[in-house]
Amino acid sequence: MVIDKTKMQNLSDRLVEEEVKGRSLWADARKRFLRNKAAVGGLIILVLVALFALFGNFAAQWSNEELDFSVMGNVRDAGGPSLANGHFFGTDDLGRDLFARTVQGTRISLMVGIVGSAIAVIAGTLYGAIAGYTGGRVDNIMMRTVDILMAIPYMFVLILLLVVFGRSITMLFVGIGLISWLDMSRIVRGQTLSLRRKEFIEAAEATGVAPFTIIRRHIVPNLLGIVAVYATLLVPLMILTESFISFLGLGVQEPLTSWGALISEGASTMNYGTLWQLAFPLFFFIITLFGFFFVGDGLRDALDPKDR
Amino acid sequence: MFTYIAKRLAIAVPTLLVLIIFSFLLMHAAPGGPFTQERALPPQVLANLEAKYGLDQPLWRQMASYIRGLISAFDFGPSFIYKDRTVNEIIAQGFPVTLTYGGISFVVAVTVGVTLGVLAAIFHNSWLDYLAVGVSIGAQVLPNFVMAPILLLTFTLWLRWLPGGGWEGGQWQYLVMPIIALSTSFMASIARITRSSMLEVLNSNHIRTARAKGLPERKVILRHALKPALLPVISYLGPTFVTMITGSVVVDIYFSTGGIGKAFVDSALNRDYAVMMGVTILVGTLTVLFNLLVDILYAWIDPKIRY
Repeated sequence: MVIDKTKMQNLSDRLVEEEVKGRSLWADARKRFLRNKAAVGGLIILVLVALFALFGNFAAQWSNEELDFSVMGNVRDAGGPSLANGHFFGTDDLGRDLFARTVQGTRISLMVGIVGSAIAVIAGTLYGAIAGYTGGRVDNIMMRTVDILMAIPYMFVLILLLVVFGRSITMLFVGIGLISWLDMSRIVRGQTLSLRRKEFIEAAEATGVAPFTIIRRHIVPNLLGIVAVYATLLVPLMILTESFISFLGLGVQEPLTSWGALISEGASTMNYGTLWQLAFPLFFFIITLFGFFFVGDGLRDALDPKDR
Repeated sequence: MFTYIAKRLAIAVPTLLVLIIFSFLLMHAAPGGPFTQERALPPQVLANLEAKYGLDQPLWRQMASYIRGLISAFDFGPSFIYKDRTVNEIIAQGFPVTLTYGGISFVVAVTVGVTLGVLAAIFHNSWLDYLAVGVSIGAQVLPNFVMAPILLLTFTLWLRWLPGGGWEGGQWQYLVMPIIALSTSFMASIARITRSSMLEVLNSNHIRTARAKGLPERKVILRHALKPALLPVISYLGPTFVTMITGSVVVDIYFSTGGIGKAFVDSALNRDYAVMMGVTILVGTLTVLFNLLVDILYAWIDPKIRY
């Protein structure tokens, strides 16, 4: 009898191999995510935009507060984008360097998006997990409260807040934070309701683990997937909200700026033929939103177990 | 069904009360009164003014009379800045305009969006599908405040086809750009939602049965696929309507249409709290009513939901 050499080889290989490496949900998801070209492209764009925001100032020839008197009053002809005088993106109406202003605006817009979404993640996850896990009357009251808050026209209330308490970036964070967690808490609650009936929660309850520890140690880690997806999709919405408010002139105030404020400035001066003032901020705004949407969609597809 | 509507109304009333009380308190928490000016008024004049507007009363009594006025006569009280106008007059001037272009945009967004989504799903993975998906992704990053300047640039400054702004009683030239600016991003979202739900429905068992028994494709789609596929779209209509009204702020700024958004921004910049509150409460009421309407419609159409 001839022994099949390759089969024996395989067997010996398998015996030497220490242990089959399990594929966790996250490893699986990472693989699927990396296979998704749009999502990887979006991620690369976001990394580039983040690098631009962090290190763009080192490349700038002018600070964002300096006025270039040589172009002032003649912005249309002398203020365009050029490498010669160091205004890579041109200047704005007052002769300030648009490159430095865009770096600054990118920083603030990204920060608003990320902080808003972080508030949503923390508050929404805790609120939803507590409501879903506790159930009964507490759940009912907590979710009816969310229903009521959801029906409030938040854009108007946000503007009201900004006008009453003064326009500041802190108030903007408070206002955006107040509304951003509502959707998140609903999603998390729904997910928690189905987790609560799982055996491992029952086991934890049977061994006498305190409710809050169960939420912290067993429920929240299992929610991370859906929370991550939603948080990624929430960042562009926060950026949009902030830009809308800043566009109205109620958001960040000079000398600070943001994409919305820059776009608004650019739009108001486009009649004079200074199109670059609209084009550059708008470009960064659009590619970043694209990036977040693609990454969010990619994450959703990657983490969706139905799609195996 | 009746108990369901009653239950929903029972939530709607406290929602509105919360909104009214919240904005009322917010307004009173503002530093400085409505008559604080650069040149301080003599104390007697100030006292008379405050007495006229009822500001010398305790807070709870002011709130009670405000709510009473609202419920009994839809009275939002006088404007604090324009001494001869009431909030109702200011709203009545702008609201019909907003409702006109908002309503048309809403209809356009729903019809075009649903059509595009359905066609994309029927011709899945064809050029039409890719076009629809491409358009809807592109439109997602073009919110109305970005759309509006681009439209103005193209149609007014370059092509000189359309007037740059104004209302003129709602002639069509003045309506085109506001409607495109308002409806584009919703059209895109509606097309996306319709496409994905239609694809799901077209793969379901009852559609296979309908095809197997030999129904013509047109009938399969119109009679069996469309209705269940539209359910997710309906639940999206409530928020859409609200954002249309919010978008009126941008449209009014760019196209000088003079709708309610202008009244709101003006009052925000002038600190005319009475008008701000009035608009906020009006929009809140519309939101609640529209959500109620959408929920009832949903319950009526979807046979799986029984209340």
